[in-house]
Amino acid sequence: MAEFTVDPYANLYARRTSGMLASEVRALFAVAERPEVISLAGGMPFVQALPQLLVLDVVTQVLTESSAIALQYAGGQGRSELRERLAMLMAEEDTPADPEDMVVTAGAQQGLDLIAKVIVDPGDVIAIEAPAYVGALSAFGAYEPRYLQIDLDEDGMIVEQLQDALLKGARPKFVYTVPNFHNPAGVTMSRDRREHLVALCREASIPIVEDNPYGLLRFEGEQHPTLRSLDPENVIYLGTVSKLFAAGLRVGWTVAAQGVTQRLILAKEAADLCCSSLNMLVVERWLTSEHWRPALGGLVDTYRSRRDAMLFALAEHFPTQATWTHPAGGFFIWATLPEHLDTRMMLAAAIDRRVAYVPGAGFYPDGRGRSSMRLAFCYPSEDRIAEGVRRLGELLADEDELYRSLSG
Amino acid sequence: MNTERIAVLAGGRSPEREVSLRSGHRVMTALVSRGYDAFVLDPADGPFVETLSAARVSACYIALHGTEGEDGTVQRLLDLLGISYTGTGPHACQMAFDKILAKETLDAAGIATPAWAAVEATAIRDLAAGPVLHGVVGRLGLPLVVKPSRAGSAMGLSFVEREQDLPGAVMGALSFSSAAILERRIVGPEVAVAMVEPSDEPFPLVEIVPKSGVFDYAARYTAGATEYFAPARVAPDVAAACRHETARAFKTLGLRDVGRADVMIDADGRPWLIDVNVSPGMTDTSLLPMAARAAGIDLPELCDRLVRLALQRSSAIVG
Repeated sequence: MAEFTVDPYANLYARRTSGMLASEVRALFAVAERPEVISLAGGMPFVQALPQLLVLDVVTQVLTESSAIALQYAGGQGRSELRERLAMLMAEEDTPADPEDMVVTAGAQQGLDLIAKVIVDPGDVIAIEAPAYVGALSAFGAYEPRYLQIDLDEDGMIVEQLQDALLKGARPKFVYTVPNFHNPAGVTMSRDRREHLVALCREASIPIVEDNPYGLLRFEGEQHPTLRSLDPENVIYLGTVSKLFAAGLRVGWTVAAQGVTQRLILAKEAADLCCSSLNMLVVERWLTSEHWRPALGGLVDTYRSRRDAMLFALAEHFPTQATWTHPAGGFFIWATLPEHLDTRMMLAAAIDRRVAYVPGAGFYPDGRGRSSMRLAFCYPSEDRIAEGVRRLGELLADEDELYRSLSG
Repeated sequence: MNTERIAVLAGGRSPEREVSLRSGHRVMTALVSRGYDAFVLDPADGPFVETLSAARVSACYIALHGTEGEDGTVQRLLDLLGISYTGTGPHACQMAFDKILAKETLDAAGIATPAWAAVEATAIRDLAAGPVLHGVVGRLGLPLVVKPSRAGSAMGLSFVEREQDLPGAVMGALSFSSAAILERRIVGPEVAVAMVEPSDEPFPLVEIVPKSGVFDYAARYTAGATEYFAPARVAPDVAAACRHETARAFKTLGLRDVGRADVMIDADGRPWLIDVNVSPGMTDTSLLPMAARAAGIDLPELCDRLVRLALQRSSAIVG
């Protein structure tokens, strides 16, 4: 008799990989990527809107003028000239940053991983929003944390809930938040909540990790101060050029107090030595050129029109009992359906009707969010968005009818 | 040395697209190692018939899973094109893939499958058939397994312990298919019974022990999430009974060349046929290659054997 081991390493894997499982939802996304499916699932930036010839020009200049640097290793902290440009970008949101406090990372996603790596021991608590950015849950998950989930409403994280938890003795290692145009919820933290959160965390000596990928993609309304600008000493900031220039270059950055920054540099060097010099130079030159601002303006206009198209279609096609957020920027709308509709269960039927979304449950470590869905308006055209939402609306009506018949 | 050109059909538009692509790539590599001029062809990419006709293949290896690949659609099309292919013909595919048709056929032949009922989405919607569910629970008892009538890889499958969870489970199954099967849950070891012609030397049974207790999608396709024992740790007479029932099921449904049945064994050692698969997975965690390996047959030999059976039919067509 033989025990068959499909994977001879099965008993070798670290405990931290135990949550890394094949999933039905991932398998369905393999079908959702087919061109005939209107995907409202992925948060892919619409890079086609960038002026391609100008980008080509920048890349050519970099390789013509600086190939010896572009093709060589860089320092682990990232090029200082680039960090100066990134500090300039942060000044757009009135957030002072010293380039010495920055580390350039492979997208903000690597920043999430490095921060957890230097701060979190197995069993430590991280306070997150509910729902939370699923990529952060994946990055943090490798360090085996427990989560304290703080609900969101239209004004972002309900800071009073965090306050109550702290009063009851919760001691998170840090509080993770996406205050602007939240992924997946689309909401933005109000100014009052920002001030409350910063004061509360300072008082409790709990650092805040502020993830701000969408801050410059504002469609309307007044800009709120970043948490980092309200308390530079207690906030670790994450930025990225993925949403305002090119996600494919994988350039993001952290800003933190010197002690944290020094550890992040060491962790970064241990992970991959440094970011791509070529990509750093391209970003640096793009942000030095006169092109980046109009290009960003063009992206904001595109995303605003697409958001409007989605909001219009939702009002027209979604059931009256459904609710959804009204994002003032960013990529995502969060829709919540009547409780009896399970968005994970429904996904196959949606894809069968050639439309896809992300089921809500994946954004909650505790499995809530079953009747919610994330809808991304960043990538498909306005016509496709309208048609996709129409297909979803039809599906919801059918599912609702089915449920009513089933439950007698 | 083989020089035949073989199209390995994999991918497609079914929810099992990803699994199928994994199967297809492994089959293609295995066939190439045996000297075939094999390549993967995804029917969802471009004009399928045109590409296939232009490729002038000797036969197709069907590594598609789910609808299109297992419900007889592709098989009927290939028959029309006069191209031979591995495995079962269209009518039997249709019978085996649709769990309602399969269960009715097996019941009529006296082959034990768990007590069951089926509900169609249209009956629930248009004929207000929802209330019959209560009667079904009364008849079958709890716990129940609820699954789509036409899907694979345990997609859309749920276990129902409490009656109030039934509507949600039925809706989940109906997301994948126009009808749902409700089946009494058999508790006991699960084994896979694989058969490949010539069947005079049957493959050992593979016993399936998912670490989570449930052989769901994650347990099937995450390496290390399930333990497998081949031969299965069951008494010889029980193994023989499993094999006997499976052989009868394959014959009754009309399977050809290859097939895999999932069988549950109850506390009395009685086998219950759960599912019959005409296009068994060929991924690194799939059961047919595992059973073959336990019989001393590696993947290239297994694929070669299936292709040769198809090629024999091809010469029969030409002749």
